[in-house]
Amino acid sequence: MTLMKHLLGASALLAVTAGAALAEPAIIFDLGGKFDKSFNEAAFNGAQRWATETGGTFKELEMQSEAQREQALRQLAEGGANPIVMTGFAFGDSLNIVAADFPDTKFAIIDMVVDQPNVKSVVFNEHEGSYLVGMMAGLASKSGTVGFIGGMDIPLIRKFGCGYAQGVMAANPAAKVVLNMTGTTPSAWNDPVKGAELTKAQIAQGADVIYAAAGGTGIGVLQTAADEKILSIGVDSNQNYMHPGQVLTSMMKRVDNAVYEAFKEGDALTAGINVMGLANDGVGYAMDENNASLVTPEMQAAVDAAAAKIKSGELVVHDYMSDNTCPAATF
Amino acid sequence: MDYATLLQILDSTIRLGIPLLLACLAGLYSERAGIFDIGLEGKMLMAAMSSATVAALTGSVWIGLAAGIAGSMLFALVHGLASITFRGNQLISGVALNFVASGITVLIAQSIFAQGGRTAPLEGGARFLPIDLPFAEALQGVPILGPLYYEVISGHSILVYVGLLLVPLTWFVLYRTRYGLRLRAVGENPASVDTAGVSVRNLRYSAVMITGVLCGLAGAYMACGLQAGFGREMTAGRGYIALAALIFAKWRPWQALGATMLFGFFQALALRPDVVEAVVRVKVPVPALDALPYILTVVVLAGLVGKAIPPRAGGEPYVKER
Repeated sequence: MTLMKHLLGASALLAVTAGAALAEPAIIFDLGGKFDKSFNEAAFNGAQRWATETGGTFKELEMQSEAQREQALRQLAEGGANPIVMTGFAFGDSLNIVAADFPDTKFAIIDMVVDQPNVKSVVFNEHEGSYLVGMMAGLASKSGTVGFIGGMDIPLIRKFGCGYAQGVMAANPAAKVVLNMTGTTPSAWNDPVKGAELTKAQIAQGADVIYAAAGGTGIGVLQTAADEKILSIGVDSNQNYMHPGQVLTSMMKRVDNAVYEAFKEGDALTAGINVMGLANDGVGYAMDENNASLVTPEMQAAVDAAAAKIKSGELVVHDYMSDNTCPAATF
Repeated sequence: MDYATLLQILDSTIRLGIPLLLACLAGLYSERAGIFDIGLEGKMLMAAMSSATVAALTGSVWIGLAAGIAGSMLFALVHGLASITFRGNQLISGVALNFVASGITVLIAQSIFAQGGRTAPLEGGARFLPIDLPFAEALQGVPILGPLYYEVISGHSILVYVGLLLVPLTWFVLYRTRYGLRLRAVGENPASVDTAGVSVRNLRYSAVMITGVLCGLAGAYMACGLQAGFGREMTAGRGYIALAALIFAKWRPWQALGATMLFGFFQALALRPDVVEAVVRVKVPVPALDALPYILTVVVLAGLVGKAIPPRAGGEPYVKER
């Protein structure tokens, strides 16, 4: 037994010293998988950008099951990877345990706050980005009614909806915002059929622009909106390409920038909470050739003016998660 | 609530109810023959993936539909092998197939399309498009019935009408044909069927394969009719709701239609909390509306609305002579 312990200790030490010389950064993708055309893929793109710019290499790991999280973190930390970036709030609990055991390794977690001296917590001001696309929706709507379809009914998604409603009201104070959540269980993220029916129900209530913040359910929302010839708004990554000319814009969460920055800082990563908002290009709205014909110069000018005010602090968008209330909408 | 809103909700009811109806009828054949099938969900998922994949690759929704049915029947065959030939536990086989379907659908879709477990979006002839029934436009002016015909009955994809026609067909097969009589008997008392010189094994296999075909229709309708492609876990538990509907309908076809449409109606209502609030004048939480089908099923199971007695030989592998 003692011999075994010594052997294990020696091999662990060896692994640590061997890794320390390399100090490659590492990234762990959450269950959605690396090529999910959204959140995880954005993170991968950020890492890739760092690799091509610096010529460095990085380690990567894809989660296959819920139970692997802690083990994966330990494995990478023991292997000497530094810093270790992980995508998704679900890593929170595991990281809280592992970070304390590896005080010399730096970690970065996206979408979650973990209070440890060697962890950088990256969170996004989704309400600011949602405010901007909400303004666009308010300006683009002809009926004066716009819709919001959230995935699972959690505070984070209400934060999207609340920012959106505020933006709509700012553009058109007489507008009506129809808010729906897909469900209260994780299956609400993957129910495009229900997303499609919610879209039709909102259209029946007069909505002609619908913002989907609902993961896989949003695919159904965008599809039905395109079929029914109304406008939709994508989320997380640029989804304008999915139905060219029918997706008004997308609320972008620049997860790629967050990963890129973390990799660039390397083992000098600054711990603490890093808020990615409009001011530091953490969130924004997507413009490309697919939606150029939908967004008039006046709309863009109005939205850019609001963005400038938010950046300078002149305009403060209410964050639902700060007090669980929303001035512009009731959930 | 005005008439137009009611029509919109009924229209939604049909779209949401049809996958449940197809899956419910699928379960009915299997369970009436004495084979419990928890794997409806997995078969639908498999059918959704294979139909969307093949439709996307060939551009033809009909080839996609055939592939969807084939994929679902493959799973049905495995369930048949496990529970009929090898006399395994039917519940365990069904649960296992659900797990396999959940993983393998994403795996195949990812390896073919590399879009995060989704299939490529379907366009044009690769989708079931809505078909307008004759005179729908012309009769729109007729009061009450005209809009009902135009909004609710017309304008669905072909599989909706197939699903509705399957109800009387199933009733006829079960209660008016020799095959139906034997099928019901094999679920109640397989020994008597065996004594009459009819193969229990063949009857049960045929029922399980019919289940595969119907689940194939349900999955293909969801992926190529309601949606334009497959997405991870897109059936979202409808196979289980269909099982609840089957119990609610007490394993009878017409009642299955009623139960699934009722469940579809509740789901459609849950999409319009504003309407519910306007009608009952109290704010009803959406999760409460979502839970209604399950509550009703529990009420039925508790024996408050008559007794729900499953086929007597259900879940029991048949062993000939000892």
